Amino acid sequence: MSATSAATPPRERTTGVAGGPGGPRRRGSTLLRHLAVVAVAGLLLVGVSYAVEPFRNFQLATVAAYLCATAGLTVLTGLNGQLSLGHGALMATGAYTVALCQNAFYDRGVTGGLLLLVSLAAAVVATVAVGAVVGVAAARLRGPYLAGVTLAVAVVVPALTVTFDGVFNGEQGLSVPVEPPPLALGVYFPYERWQLWIAGAATLLALLLLANLVRSRYGRTFRAVRDDEVAARLAGIHVARTQVLAFVVSAATAGLGGALLAVLAQSVSPGAFGLTLSLFLLMAVVIGGLGRLTGAVWGAVMLVALPDLSHSVTEQLTLPAAAAQRLEGNLPLAIFGITLVVVMLAAPGGVQGLLSRFGRALLARWRVGRS
Amino acid sequence: MDRFVFLTLDGLSRGAVYAAFALALVLIWRAARVVNFAQGAMAVAAAYVAYSVASATGSYWLGFVVALATGLLLGAIVDRAVMRYVDHTSPLNPVIVALGLVLLIQAVLGMIYGSEFRPAEAPFSRGAFTVGGLAVLSPYDLFVFGAVAVVVCALAWIFARTAVGLRMRAAAFAPEVSRLLGVNVGGMLTLGWALASGVGALAAMLVIPTELGLHPHAMDLVFVSAFTAAVVGGLDSPPGAVVGGLVVGLLLSYVSGYAGSDLTPLAVLVLLLAVLLVRPGGLFAPVAARRV
Repeated sequence: MSATSAATPPRERTTGVAGGPGGPRRRGSTLLRHLAVVAVAGLLLVGVSYAVEPFRNFQLATVAAYLCATAGLTVLTGLNGQLSLGHGALMATGAYTVALCQNAFYDRGVTGGLLLLVSLAAAVVATVAVGAVVGVAAARLRGPYLAGVTLAVAVVVPALTVTFDGVFNGEQGLSVPVEPPPLALGVYFPYERWQLWIAGAATLLALLLLANLVRSRYGRTFRAVRDDEVAARLAGIHVARTQVLAFVVSAATAGLGGALLAVLAQSVSPGAFGLTLSLFLLMAVVIGGLGRLTGAVWGAVMLVALPDLSHSVTEQLTLPAAAAQRLEGNLPLAIFGITLVVVMLAAPGGVQGLLSRFGRALLARWRVGRS
Repeated sequence: MDRFVFLTLDGLSRGAVYAAFALALVLIWRAARVVNFAQGAMAVAAAYVAYSVASATGSYWLGFVVALATGLLLGAIVDRAVMRYVDHTSPLNPVIVALGLVLLIQAVLGMIYGSEFRPAEAPFSRGAFTVGGLAVLSPYDLFVFGAVAVVVCALAWIFARTAVGLRMRAAAFAPEVSRLLGVNVGGMLTLGWALASGVGALAAMLVIPTELGLHPHAMDLVFVSAFTAAVVGGLDSPPGAVVGGLVVGLLLSYVSGYAGSDLTPLAVLVLLLAVLLVRPGGLFAPVAARRV
């Protein structure tokens, strides 16, 4: 749906209400351009997956899984102005759905390479359903009220896995059986590379759809609603419907991200999807640059790189074991917190905002130099 | 019937704490139009300081006073060092900054104290008196009621009867005019933050001995419950916050008593959603026109 609506070239720019980053008018089809970018990124990813060691492959796959969720969140919060602290809970929905599906398949002895696709699709569908319920409530709420409700969702949903531990197995969580890579790829094909391929393919597909959605009519209505609800309604936009749509799209990607995380870790437990995860996702999109898909990439990279970095920092210091463990567990949180506050105060555009400003300044200097 | 009486009294005592915490949220909302999502983390930080002081000196009451002082100071610092510089044009910004503070404070607490539960002592016995074979309040419950009542009355007196309270209300109601009339609007804002954070610290000191103990995340669910309480009463109404706190306390007590304590988080979420969808301004708000 989103892809076809974006396939028409952006000839008439809606003026007035949209007000988003329209930029200079570009030639050619948006869909083709995005397809080209995705194809290049996919080829790069395959190349990289052969070039680096298995552990890096796994980390890249985790980045891809997080990227799914951050991209969806940045569309919701950055482009439609709805703050969600509940995306960790939506990821949990996706993750648990995948776990339940895979377990159901394996208990019945059904095997096959395409089953994972079915499970992932089921995860997206389940999260869409949950997202629609939350989204309908969210569309009626503004500012701090919305934040409070989604915060409650983030705190409550992981607790539900303990309440209904007959299905979700409480704090222990569930294991997620996943097929080994197909034999056609060779007997010695590393499992981590296969994980990266799965996660990368799913994420690129999600990003392609999101990128087209953002540049489509729907993307413009998202921004119009964010900027001025009254003006948007006067322009004939159904405000509540637009907000629910944005929430559902964002929930779908969050569910996919959570499902991918579960497939990568081959297990799910409520501890991994607590309030901290929801806050981390929000931090990631704000620090990366709210409302930009490239910012979501920066954020997802940070989510994986920072704990790794703090691990190597604490290894450098000679500390007693208990103190080192405390420091290592909490250093990423502290860095995230400080960075978030500083970014909000000093550079609200985030990393991507700084980069594009820097790039524009360079371009201007180059033009001045030439003339 | 015995059980119902016990649950009611227990719920009221729990609700008193939620009322205090909700009152802290309402104070900041009225002063600065910000819901302080970092309130829980700030209160836990104050409680940890009290824990350190109490275990160093052996005096609970010294720790209690230090907790209140830390709360006041922390509120003032957060306003002066951070919140003042936040761009308030979008309501998202202060919320995001507050969440950054949550991460930061919880991380610092985790680094210093580790993330295991530490037992928090109560100054009075938590065993209930029995009246005619009926288990009723414990001395600690009476202490909770007394402390919250003192705070509520003190705040009411400050805002209604003193010059400082009048200035604070004026600064929140019409900042520009108040500034022209010689009110130190920024100072009043800082004072509001300090007061609210002090009340939050008191609530944390009261609630933590009744729960699992001190932990960097100890106030997460309490914050959600108190936010619900504030919304039930209407974010703009201090008496509403008190009533809302008692309502939420009673509800949680009944749910955990009759249906199982696992369901209390879900009950909070359902109540919050129900109130927001049916009466978004809270039970005590005047009917007002809403944009769009």
